[in-house]
Amino acid sequence: MKLRELIIPAQLREGENRGDSIFYLLTAFFALMIFLLVVLMFYEMYSMSSLTREKFGFTFFFRSVWDPVLEEYGALPFIYGTVVSTLIAILLAVPLSLGIAIFLAEVAPVWLEKPLSFFVELLAGIPSIVYGLWGFFVMVPWLRSTFQPFLSETLGFIPLFQGVPYGIGMLAAGFVLTIMILPIISSISRDVLRSVPRSQYEAALALGSTRWQAVRIALAYGRSGIIGAIILGIGRALGETMAVTMVIGNRPSISLSLFNPAHTMASVLANEFTEATTDMYVSALVEIALVLFLVTLLVNSVARLLIWSVTKNTKDVRL
Amino acid sequence: MKLKWMQILLFVVCTYFSNAQLQLNGAGATFPYVIYSKWFDVYKQKTGIQINYQSIGSGGGIRQIIEGTVDFGGTDGPMTDQQLEDVKQKQGTGVFHIPMVMGAVVVTYNLPEVGPDLKLTPDVLANIFLGKITKWNDSRIVEINPERTMPNKPIVVVHRSDGSGTTYIFVDYLCKVSEEWNTKVGRGTSVNWPLGLGGKGNEGVTGTVKQMDGAIGYVEMAYAVKNNLPYASIRNKEGVFVKPTIESVTKAAQYEAKYMPADYRVSITNSAGKDSYPISGFTWLLVYERYRNKEKGKALVNFLQWALTEGQKYAPELLYAPLPPDLQKMCLKTVKKIQVK
Repeated sequence: MKLRELIIPAQLREGENRGDSIFYLLTAFFALMIFLLVVLMFYEMYSMSSLTREKFGFTFFFRSVWDPVLEEYGALPFIYGTVVSTLIAILLAVPLSLGIAIFLAEVAPVWLEKPLSFFVELLAGIPSIVYGLWGFFVMVPWLRSTFQPFLSETLGFIPLFQGVPYGIGMLAAGFVLTIMILPIISSISRDVLRSVPRSQYEAALALGSTRWQAVRIALAYGRSGIIGAIILGIGRALGETMAVTMVIGNRPSISLSLFNPAHTMASVLANEFTEATTDMYVSALVEIALVLFLVTLLVNSVARLLIWSVTKNTKDVRL
Repeated sequence: MKLKWMQILLFVVCTYFSNAQLQLNGAGATFPYVIYSKWFDVYKQKTGIQINYQSIGSGGGIRQIIEGTVDFGGTDGPMTDQQLEDVKQKQGTGVFHIPMVMGAVVVTYNLPEVGPDLKLTPDVLANIFLGKITKWNDSRIVEINPERTMPNKPIVVVHRSDGSGTTYIFVDYLCKVSEEWNTKVGRGTSVNWPLGLGGKGNEGVTGTVKQMDGAIGYVEMAYAVKNNLPYASIRNKEGVFVKPTIESVTKAAQYEAKYMPADYRVSITNSAGKDSYPISGFTWLLVYERYRNKEKGKALVNFLQWALTEGQKYAPELLYAPLPPDLQKMCLKTVKKIQVK
């Protein structure tokens, strides 16, 4: 009886409708499966990486050596590569996609909005390998011959834009990721802006605000939704594998210049797991997967906190 | 109505089982996948025995043979002593390495003004990949290519980013010819490269080399030939510059066959013989020394005997080098040692 009270909520128990209880238990079971799955994944990765955890301990996170021959492993260059390439993508994609979303939701005439929305959604459905191939065969040569020389001539005094313009490298990875997360962020933000009550928007206009000011009210109203869209974009950028590995140069080193080759956690897994023959090597790779898992978790939690703190004071919209 | 469905179900199940043939399952290296699938296809038509092979990489092949989840494995780099010990403990039987065919690794480059068949010595090659020769008009390169004008261009080194048997053969060669490489970098399916850009797969390396003026990289011979890439002649142990061809690879194995250890776990890079190409290697099938399942064991032995003799003729057309005759005989003897009971 105790267990029953514990797992079935009071209002269902009082109603004593067996069907409802079964339905409740069934759906609760399905939902809990997700939770179990995450716990199981964490457990598996944790136990499979025991060799490197014992050998390197916490220093694994801060070591920048990756030498499968000497069995010396460290995750720092991969963490750096994942975080920086994602950062570039977010910095470039957020303003762009907000612009797209605002235009589609508030400004564009219907005859233009429909086909444009279609294309944005089409972009979201393109497989990542296609972005990778495009990046490798079209964007990288352009970066090497035109854009990177231009950057180093004009902004070469900044360490970010120094070095040999290979085309392949961190900048290329950031650009490909930007294009890949653009459709997600812009199409969700557009839907969020659309769901802002018209009365808000119209009230602002009626009070004499300009179109831009009215859009800002709509943006403020939809803040949490837009941040949610950005989180989804970050999630995709953190985990993207194929497209990144094709253009990033796959070199586990940390350098300030965005022209230099780098490596990410997802791409080292895709590259090296199949031929990892020794136990220590496999353990190191699994630990990289674990770190990626933790980084994703961390980014998501920080983003949740952000949403929470934003929605808490949504009311004081200022112009 | 119900009865009718039951009948249909019964019929389906019966036909499935009556047609069920003997199946062998294997997994491992991707490099020999093309010839393996050709062999399995031809062999199925001949005997009706279905052989499945998942090309998941050498690491996966070795792991699965240790765990006993496959009937045979495939690898481009031999198993370590520790791994052989693991198999004995877990499966109660040892493992034979059977060389099946050979492949070579060629050095490809992008220098339109120089053309194909550039000459390289082991020393120059090692120094390029160590980052010590950085320009194409370095005196050490000019010296061995006196008939060409080498451009004043920086060398861009490209290597495989994914773990691979191709990398193993290439760095194994560098280890043998350069003491510095041996101590600084070492050998493995992936290594800590002193410099360069990583491309995923043969196609990734090729794509990067093709795009970048002055780039140098290494790919499988089959891949380079199919894609008409320019590749270098390498100076072998006897001081002769040799082009990578199927013949020069088979020659390399022929010289090494005399010194072949009984377990075949040997690298044939930097082989002796004046016409042997020095950067080549075997791909092995990993089979247990004893099979408890009689039918499976027999089928596998029969297949190996066929592949090592008649099957070899499919190798050249798929751009793998066949085993030299002496080695074929040796391998057939080893196959006979497989116990089936």
